[in-house]
Amino acid sequence: MTDTQPKKANDPIIKIVGMHKWYGEFHVLSDINLEVQQGEKIVICGPSGSGKSTMIRCINRLEEHQQGQIIVNGTELTNDLKNIEKVRAEVGMVFQHFNLFPHLTILENLTLGPIWVRKTPKKKAEEIAMMYLEKVHIAEQAKKFPGQLSGGQQQRVAIARSLCMAPEVMLFDEPTSALDPEMIKEVLDVMIDLAKEGMTMLVVTHEMGFAKSVADRVMFMDAGQIVEQNNPHDFFDNPQHERTQLFLSQIL
Amino acid sequence: MNQPNNPTREYLAAPISKVGPLAWVKKNLFNTWYNSLLTILTLGALAYIVPPFFKWAFIESLWNSSSDACRDIEGACWSIVPQNIKFIILGFFPEGQEWRPILAMILLLALVIYSKERSRWTKLLAWMWPIGLIIMGTLMYGGVFGMPVVETDQWSGLPLTMMLSFFGMVMAYPLGVLLALGRQSKMPAIKTLSVVYIEMIRGVPLISLLFMSSIMFPLFLPDGMTINKVLRAQVAIIMFTAAYIAEVVRGGLQAMQRGQYEAADSLGLNYPQTMRLIILPQALKIVIPPTVGILLSAFKDTSLVVIIALYDVLKTTKVTLQNPHWTGYSTEAYLFLALLYFICCYAMSSYSRRLEKELHTGH
Repeated sequence: MTDTQPKKANDPIIKIVGMHKWYGEFHVLSDINLEVQQGEKIVICGPSGSGKSTMIRCINRLEEHQQGQIIVNGTELTNDLKNIEKVRAEVGMVFQHFNLFPHLTILENLTLGPIWVRKTPKKKAEEIAMMYLEKVHIAEQAKKFPGQLSGGQQQRVAIARSLCMAPEVMLFDEPTSALDPEMIKEVLDVMIDLAKEGMTMLVVTHEMGFAKSVADRVMFMDAGQIVEQNNPHDFFDNPQHERTQLFLSQIL
Repeated sequence: MNQPNNPTREYLAAPISKVGPLAWVKKNLFNTWYNSLLTILTLGALAYIVPPFFKWAFIESLWNSSSDACRDIEGACWSIVPQNIKFIILGFFPEGQEWRPILAMILLLALVIYSKERSRWTKLLAWMWPIGLIIMGTLMYGGVFGMPVVETDQWSGLPLTMMLSFFGMVMAYPLGVLLALGRQSKMPAIKTLSVVYIEMIRGVPLISLLFMSSIMFPLFLPDGMTINKVLRAQVAIIMFTAAYIAEVVRGGLQAMQRGQYEAADSLGLNYPQTMRLIILPQALKIVIPPTVGILLSAFKDTSLVVIIALYDVLKTTKVTLQNPHWTGYSTEAYLFLALLYFICCYAMSSYSRRLEKELHTGH
């Protein structure tokens, strides 16, 4: 099988087949199978340590899988650095702790990827960056440094930074978990806007309100396996699996 | 102090016992019985030392006289410095050519001072440095434009010190950074080489490296082939300093959070881009204080080249003191030298503090 295959119209944008992952002896992810269609929004929930973050981190190869296949937009993730860099440029990621570059201004944080990876001219990159800053309602902070912004503002900058790479897919790894309660909404609002525009999103979160209003599919993971997935209506009102019921009863 | 302007409440001034000079003295000098004791003892010691020193250095001293005049006074004979300044600073540089090393030093200083402002770190500056260095080298060595050739064994005094320390620092820094990256490398060969190099160099004193470079190294060269002695000392200093810089930089790299690497990875930056744009700018900034410590000691350690018979500014001072007219005034001569070293070191450390402040971005 070749690494890159011609993409057909109805091919899933992410396809994971029989994926396993170990940390040393520990079997973190077991037999993960997942297909994500273009424009689909998936919320992944589950108890801590269930492997949900690890799974989405495998999709842009921040974590390496040991068995099975991950194909992103027609490119299979292998040890080939070219493929890894290609996938990473197409997949945006938002982290729990923002991970902005503290020594660069907000604007420089946003233009770095486009200038160095996409080879966009600086001027054009700055225009695009300002457009996305506008979109996350933070354009007036462009000249500041990340350390001068609140957590919620930093996370919105982080979202804008990913968007500047014009990604096909956005991964969110607990984007609101490190935020003070009054800042969660401003970040979720940005994510809801993004969802409305048709972005393909995989979101690991404990925000069940967000899941109910935005997700096409909610997925419950436990002990490294996908236990249950369904549309939000059925997932919350009629969970099939015992472990899902227990989890929902604990958090709702 | 600036009070925040909130109209709904009133701000009171702090009580007088907490601010003002008297409160400061009480808080800092006499806050406990043992601090009061220390304050009194220190004041006593200062009263005992300072006035006699002041009398010796400034009142009963001579500043520019013959050595004979100095025999009749109690105080300091600073005259040793101006009377011998040419030899102390320039050493054995040939008569009539002194303007050349002086001009070279001025050029170097001018370049350093010009480069202080970060706003001037442009492409133009990147060209000015190599051109400036070539001009300096030409001035020192000569052989063109009617300047007679001055072999490197006649380079001595302050120009030699400045050259050894300046190039030592400038070349050792990037080499040290590369070694630090090498030590973190996932490639076993590069990692092993870096570790072996760093640990070997750090395991020997600089003196032994200088000895090896001047005495042992030529034994391994084929007959008739020689490598310039100054150059060999220079290489030894660079190699030595680089190993220490490498360890300091490694500390900075380890202080970087995983999230920074992951964020760079998730944007699709490759390894050299990640290092150059994300990791090194932050890591090198963290380690400015210890790096400056190493650069300062490298600067001062250049005086060790004396043991391989190079005449740096310390050695030319010593030679001056061997002159029968001027023996016995070593305190004055060494104080002058100490001042010279202090000015250079203080300039470096205060510049580093300024740089640190400028690079601080509020995190």
